[in-house]
Amino acid sequence: MTLLEVQKTLQAELLTLNVDLSRDVSSACASDLMSDVLAFHSPNTLILTGLTNQQTIRTVEIADAVGVVFVRGKRPENEIIEFALKKQIPLMTTNYCMYDASGLLYAKGLSGVTEQVRNFHKRND
Amino acid sequence: MIENDVLIQEYSIKGWDFSRAGEASCEIKDSLKQIGIPQDVLRRIAIATYEAEMNVVMYAKSATLRCEISPELIIITFDDKGPGIENIELALKPGYSTATPEIREMGFGAGMGLPNIKQNADSFNISSVVGKGTKLEMRFNLTH
Repeated sequence: MTLLEVQKTLQAELLTLNVDLSRDVSSACASDLMSDVLAFHSPNTLILTGLTNQQTIRTVEIADAVGVVFVRGKRPENEIIEFALKKQIPLMTTNYCMYDASGLLYAKGLSGVTEQVRNFHKRND
Repeated sequence: MIENDVLIQEYSIKGWDFSRAGEASCEIKDSLKQIGIPQDVLRRIAIATYEAEMNVVMYAKSATLRCEISPELIIITFDDKGPGIENIELALKPGYSTATPEIREMGFGAGMGLPNIKQNADSFNISSVVGKGTKLEMRFNLTH
């Protein structure tokens, strides 16, 4: 699934204009906890979150995530959007809640990061 | 700075400076990318360094972050002035956290910081003196 298909599926508004939406999304991680995203990510993961601060953008950068969908109609401050634009990180906002947004993407074939969660706990045992 | 074929970069990190939190880790990631460190190792270094940097920002007064790059090995150390960790074994358990509600609002304090560091570094060492500070050393092998 591409970022453009994610945008259409979630009827999302693109906050960072002129970023490339043809990029492939490999999986999705829905969480308001960035430490969980960092623990269970895989490259090109899409982050679904209600957390609109700078740490979300940093997490994308650090974990090589593909972009962010803010759920529940959340919208970061302009300076956060500009910060993401500088780094060419796609940000969108949707009025769906986290559960519905995740369900809609899952129904279209985008899977989560359960395998990464299992591996994390296996390695930690 | 280069000493005996080891490239050394140092950064100062300030506690509670959330606007700059993660900046040093991103700079390290960028510079390691430029010298051609493979992407999977690069991501592990970036995640472990970022988690450690966030720990400093959330809990400590200040810290020195040192990144030593040699052809076979990257060593990243954080030496902080802060409250220290009372029970390191407990702090390494996923989910254990002493974070305040303010920290949780930032999306951190889920008790995944040190477990995340442990999973991403090839080896790591942590020592702490309560009331003084914590020293964390992480090593990443470049030759497998």
